Amino acid sequence: MGEVSAIMGRELRKWVRSPPLLVMALVQPLFWMGLYGKAFNLTGLFSVPEDVLRTLPPESTKVVAELFNSMAVRLFGSPGTDYFSFVAIGMTSVIVLFVSVFSGMSIAWDRRLGFLNKLLVAPIRRSSIVMGKVLASSVRAFIQSSMVLLMGLALGMKLSPASPLLVAGALASIFLLAISLSSLVIAITLRLRSWEYHMAVANLLNLPLMFTSTALYPLNLMPDWMRPLATINPLTHTIELLRGALLYGNSLDIAAYQFHLAYLAAFALLAAGLGSYLANRYLTAER
Amino acid sequence: MRAIEAEGLRKVFGRVVALDGVSFTVEEGEVFGLLGPNGAGKTTTISILTTLIRPTSGSARVWGYDVRTETSKVRSVIGLVPQDLTVDDELTGLENLRLMAALYHVPKDVAERRIEEVLELVDLKEAAGRRVETYSGGMRKRLELAAALVHRPKVLFLDEPTLGLDVQTRAHIWDYIRRLVREEQLTVLMTTHYMDEADANCDRIAVIDRGRIMAIGTPRELKVKHGSDVIELEVQGDGFDLQNLVKGVEGVTDVRVSGNRISVRVVRGEEVLPELMRRMISSGLSVSRIEMRRPTLDEVFIALTGRSIREEQGSWEEVFRQSMNVRRVRA
Repeated sequence: MGEVSAIMGRELRKWVRSPPLLVMALVQPLFWMGLYGKAFNLTGLFSVPEDVLRTLPPESTKVVAELFNSMAVRLFGSPGTDYFSFVAIGMTSVIVLFVSVFSGMSIAWDRRLGFLNKLLVAPIRRSSIVMGKVLASSVRAFIQSSMVLLMGLALGMKLSPASPLLVAGALASIFLLAISLSSLVIAITLRLRSWEYHMAVANLLNLPLMFTSTALYPLNLMPDWMRPLATINPLTHTIELLRGALLYGNSLDIAAYQFHLAYLAAFALLAAGLGSYLANRYLTAER
Repeated sequence: MRAIEAEGLRKVFGRVVALDGVSFTVEEGEVFGLLGPNGAGKTTTISILTTLIRPTSGSARVWGYDVRTETSKVRSVIGLVPQDLTVDDELTGLENLRLMAALYHVPKDVAERRIEEVLELVDLKEAAGRRVETYSGGMRKRLELAAALVHRPKVLFLDEPTLGLDVQTRAHIWDYIRRLVREEQLTVLMTTHYMDEADANCDRIAVIDRGRIMAIGTPRELKVKHGSDVIELEVQGDGFDLQNLVKGVEGVTDVRVSGNRISVRVVRGEEVLPELMRRMISSGLSVSRIEMRRPTLDEVFIALTGRSIREEQGSWEEVFRQSMNVRRVRA
C-alpha cells in the first residue's frame, strides 16, 4: 500500500504544480455546458408559450399541461428538470472521461524519460505502479468533476437534492467511474510507447463514450440499437446516479439507484483487476 | 561471496544479437568496469543484471539471487544509476529521495536519517528543498547517485555515470563515486567508454565488443598482456646499426629507426631499459634523450578489437541521448 500511495503522491504533486493543466481541462465541459446546454433548450420544447396558452380553452390547458409534464418526466426524469441542469450533470461525469483517457500518458512519459526503469528496478509490484497512477488519475478526475459541478451551480443549475446519504453515494460514484475508466485506458495503453498513440486512443474513446451515454440526451430518445450500448457504458450509471440524487429530489427511484451503484462498483473492481493483472504481466522495460 | 556471477548471457532483440555469451564474476567490494564502445552490449548486460530485461539464454546471480526467478530479492539489494537523468524534474531533491525510500519500503524514521546522510555524501543538503529543474547537470547526477543509495544497496550499477557531462564535472562526479564506494562499502559494476575513467577507477575491467567479452583483468594486467611499453631514444653518433644493436634484447617486440631516433616496443619497459642503455653505452653511442611511455587502455582496446573505441563515438544513439540530456539540463 505504501508503494501505491508513494507513486500516487508523486503524480498528484506534479499535477498540483501545473495549474494550467487544471484550468485547461475545464474548458471543454464549460463549453458543452455553457454554450450547448444553454442554447439547445430541449426542455423548452415541452413548455407551451404564453400566447398559445391564452388562445386555448381553459379546460384543455390542464390536459395539455399534464401531457407535456408526463413527456418531460418520461424523458428527463422530473417535470422540473430543465435541459441545462440535465447537461450540467452529464458534463460532471463526462469530465471524468476526459481526464481518465489520459491516465496512461504518464507511463509513456516515464518510459521515455527513463523514470519507468527506476520504478521497475524497485522491489515493488508492477500493479502498484499502475494502481498508483490509476488512483492519482481518479483523484484528479474527482476534483475536476467537483469543479464542473460547481460551475454548473454557478451557471444556474436547479438543484433538488435527495437525502445527504444518497447525494454522498452519487458523488462517490464519480470516483468509481474514474477508477473504471482510468484502469481500462491504462490496460489498453500499457505497451504504447509514444504520446501520439495515447492522443489517438483518447480521441478514439472520448466521443463514442460520451455519445453512447446519457450525458446529452435521455435513454428514451435513443434509437433501439444504441440503448444497450448506453446501458453498458459506466458513464450512464454515474450520470443517472447524480441526476437522481441531485435533480429528482423525492421522485428518485431507490431500486434503480442501488442498481447503478452496484454496477459501477463491480465495473470498477473488474477494470482495476484487469489493469493490475496486465501490469504484472506486461509492464516491463523490454523493447 | 561473489557479488555478481554471469554465465553465458545471450540477448537477442529481433535479429540483433546484443549479447553473445557473456560470462564474468565480480567479487564483493570490487569496482568492476565494462569497457566498450556504444552498442557493445554494456547497457544490455546491466539491464539483465538489474532484472529490467530477461536474457534470451544464460543465467546470472546478483548477491546470490537469480535474476530470472528471484527478481524481487535482486531488486532489493541493488541500486541503479541509469545513463539518462531520471530524477523527477518537477519534484524537489528531497521529494525524489523520499519517493525512492518509499519504493524500497524504508521505514519513515529510518528514511529521514538516511536521506540526511546521502545528501551529505553528495553535498546537496542546501539544494535539497529546490526543484530539480533548477539543478545543474552535475547536481542532477549527484542526486541520482544519492537516490540509488537511499535503501543501502549492496551492489551499485552505474551505467555511463559521466555521459554528457563536461570534463570538470566528470572529474567531480568521480570524486563522489569514489567516496561513496569507500564509505558505503559497495560493490560496483560500471560501464564506460572513457578509457581514462576505467583505468583510474576500476579494480578490474572487462573489455566488451559486439556482445562478447574480449578480455578481463586489472587495468595493469590488460596493459601488460595486450599493450606494450614504448621506449624512444635519441642518440648522437654515426654509422651504427641501431636495428641490430637493439634486436637481440629480450622483451623487444618491434624496432623502428628514423635518423638518429629509435623507437622500441617492449614487453617490460622497466626491465628492458637498463639493458638497452648498457648496450648503447658499451658500443660508444651517447644517448641524448630517453622517453618511456606506458600503454594506455586505448591501445589495449585496439589490440583486442582492431579498432579504436573513439571511432564508435557520435553514433546516432549517443547524439540523441546527449541532446536529450542537454535539453533536460537547460529546461
